[in-house]
Amino acid sequence: MNPALQRRLFLVGALVVAGGALGAVAFGSMGENLVYYWDPTQLVAAGDDGVGATVRLGGVVKPGTVDWRPAENALAFEVTDGKATVKVKATGAPPQMFREGIGVVVEGTMTDAGTFESDRLMVKHSNEYKAPPEGMASGDRQKLYETVEGI
Amino acid sequence: MIPLLGRTAVLLALAACAVGLVTGVVAAVRRSPEALRWSRWMAYAFFGASTLATGLMEYALLTHDFSVDYVAEVGSRSTPVWVSIVSLWSSLDGSILLWAFVLGLFMAVFAWSTKGRHPEQTPWALATVHFVGVFFAFLVAGVANPFGLVDPAPADGPGPNPLLQNHILMVVHPPMLYLGYVGMTIPFAMGAAALFAGRLDAAWTRALRRWMLVPWGFLTVGIILGGWWSYEVLGWGGWWAWDPVENASFMPWLTATAFVHSAMVMERKDQLKGWTISLVLATFLLTLLGTFMTRSGVFNSVHSFTQSPIGPVFLGFLGVCLVGSVLLVAARVDAMSPPKEGLAGPASREMAFLGNNLLFAAFTFTVLIGTVYPLLNEAITGKQISVGQPYFDRMSAPIGIGIVFLMGVGPVLPWGRVEGAAALRRLAVPAVSAVVALGLGLLGGQRSGWVLATIALSGFALGATVLEVIEPARARARALGEGLGTAFGQVLVKARRRYGGYIVHVGVLIIAVAHAVATATTEKTTVTLIEGGSTQVGEYALTYLGAESLDEPHRRSLVARFGVSRAGEELGVLAPRLNHYKTMGQPIGTPEVRSGLDEDLYLSLINVDPVARSASVDVLIEPLVWWLWFGGGVMSLGTVVAAWPARRRTAAVVAPAAAAVDGVPS
Repeated sequence: MNPALQRRLFLVGALVVAGGALGAVAFGSMGENLVYYWDPTQLVAAGDDGVGATVRLGGVVKPGTVDWRPAENALAFEVTDGKATVKVKATGAPPQMFREGIGVVVEGTMTDAGTFESDRLMVKHSNEYKAPPEGMASGDRQKLYETVEGI
Repeated sequence: MIPLLGRTAVLLALAACAVGLVTGVVAAVRRSPEALRWSRWMAYAFFGASTLATGLMEYALLTHDFSVDYVAEVGSRSTPVWVSIVSLWSSLDGSILLWAFVLGLFMAVFAWSTKGRHPEQTPWALATVHFVGVFFAFLVAGVANPFGLVDPAPADGPGPNPLLQNHILMVVHPPMLYLGYVGMTIPFAMGAAALFAGRLDAAWTRALRRWMLVPWGFLTVGIILGGWWSYEVLGWGGWWAWDPVENASFMPWLTATAFVHSAMVMERKDQLKGWTISLVLATFLLTLLGTFMTRSGVFNSVHSFTQSPIGPVFLGFLGVCLVGSVLLVAARVDAMSPPKEGLAGPASREMAFLGNNLLFAAFTFTVLIGTVYPLLNEAITGKQISVGQPYFDRMSAPIGIGIVFLMGVGPVLPWGRVEGAAALRRLAVPAVSAVVALGLGLLGGQRSGWVLATIALSGFALGATVLEVIEPARARARALGEGLGTAFGQVLVKARRRYGGYIVHVGVLIIAVAHAVATATTEKTTVTLIEGGSTQVGEYALTYLGAESLDEPHRRSLVARFGVSRAGEELGVLAPRLNHYKTMGQPIGTPEVRSGLDEDLYLSLINVDPVARSASVDVLIEPLVWWLWFGGGVMSLGTVVAAWPARRRTAAVVAPAAAAVDGVPS
């Protein structure tokens, strides 16, 4: 084997090893930091498996469940998709358009206590959007994400 | 009338590129000066036709000609004039038209500047640029045609996306990004030409480096302005969220930055040719990938306009370019003269450059998989996920710190083999400045390990950089008996490229420190106040003075006024607002920022309740944010210094060969 070829093989080998190591670290880290896009039905169905994972929960604010305490910066409400309902605790103030029956996406994690703790609340306001009586079709959910994201 | 004229201009542009492509290839294969002349003139023709088309579209937007498809989609009689102008890049079809215009501009300047030079590579480069031009002209003529006729024409339109008309930075951020993105076509064509021709000589390398530096500078400015826009408009107080769209602009920037460094090794040592050319090709491919991701609607974001048929077409073009590039490199890389000797020992400047390149490649790789993984996952499993910000933060911190470290090591080490002891001596000053920086960081109250490491290594790199500027100036002052100031100026002028690079480095260091400190120490508080009530946040006292409603033709704004003082000193009234655009149900906030050299006070209005006479506002205290934008300015200055074309007269004395190729205006 001539030295030039040997050198090249060595370089390629070193790059493959380094790239493989980097890939392993990256994929490991990525697996721990995935954000799942779920609706209440999926979150409830996940049960204990859903606890601790970062979730983007999309649904409608259930009427009669909103409780905002300005002094404590505490906002609690329930998110529903017509089939399942999840209790949400958020910090901060409700956005201007936030109200009962409106579409929201909250990002956060499910706790052991069964409440979803959110650090990010996005409101989707649209005239044609109404709380679906029979649960949301996946297309509706897709539309919901589209209108609130990137903001 | 406009639809017809516009369509004609677009078809002319398409024809020009097609002819330019064929004549370019003929010129390269047959070595025909006649064909080359044709290819060059077709570049001018493409520029003329795409300029005409873009001008017609701007005219239609300004005169509210709603018979034009695109104007009916994004125009509105109620928007201010500047919004009508920038509407050109507020939606898909218009932005592709702008793309074609910018490509025409670059193409024409490139064709003009290579006239009579580089006979072996120029025809191939022109042919490649025309090839890309054919694709974009085809897009504008077909799937992304903005000149469709609407009959009967509507009386008014909805106006562009409110988020995009909410801030004046929208006037400059997208064009800068386009100049960067589209400009990468020229280095790509030049790299491909070097492979086709099997020749990468010193003159072509220098021209290539300069043609890369120009779009690189625009891309840098575009990315920083994008962060600034995000900060001023989106109301969450940040400037970078590892959003797929941000990543899309960042990845080609990373590979282009790697190229700027490896090109120096290539020029000096005649090495890393295959790698350097691969970086050029990869940069262009990443701009295509970025455009595909942002323009096809695969991601939900402010940047992705609609689900559109452009996605598959773009993906196809990306595939063709990717396969073509890989084949071209594999087949032709050995035709360029192979290296004569191996790289020097471990402690040399070229090794620092090599380390830099590996880090940039690793950075690109981690960002790429984090960005593309959700897409692949959804395509395979149908489930929607995304990769959270912590992944990117965790991966980029060590890589970024490594890069900062090499920014200190590289300039200190000389080219070639070096004595260990001599190298260590040269590290003394940077080491001292690292310790000083670390002390300042600790005094400033920083406790996070990552932040302190960034500060210390930035101090190290700054020390090394300043030493690199001062030492030659002092040597010259001693040798020639000049004053230190004169010597300093002379040194700078004599090696503008190197010192431009160092200025860019200083800008990067400023940004690195500001970003690390601001991200780690920003404090966010949400307060709700009744009219007349006050509260204390950190050093700031806030009093809610009340809210009012402002009516404009295209929007109604809810403005909340807060009286602010800092440690007893009055700062005046800050008025964050919520804008309700008539065409959009959701209100969009405009935060109000009070910038200072030490920290920003950032108020973002959440809600106003007229019945309870209360308002909720996010209060963010963010240190050193102003320095991010300042660092961006320093980087642009350095780029201009490095890329400014040499005057022929001076250049003729110094390096005749350089004068012959450096005709690139920037």
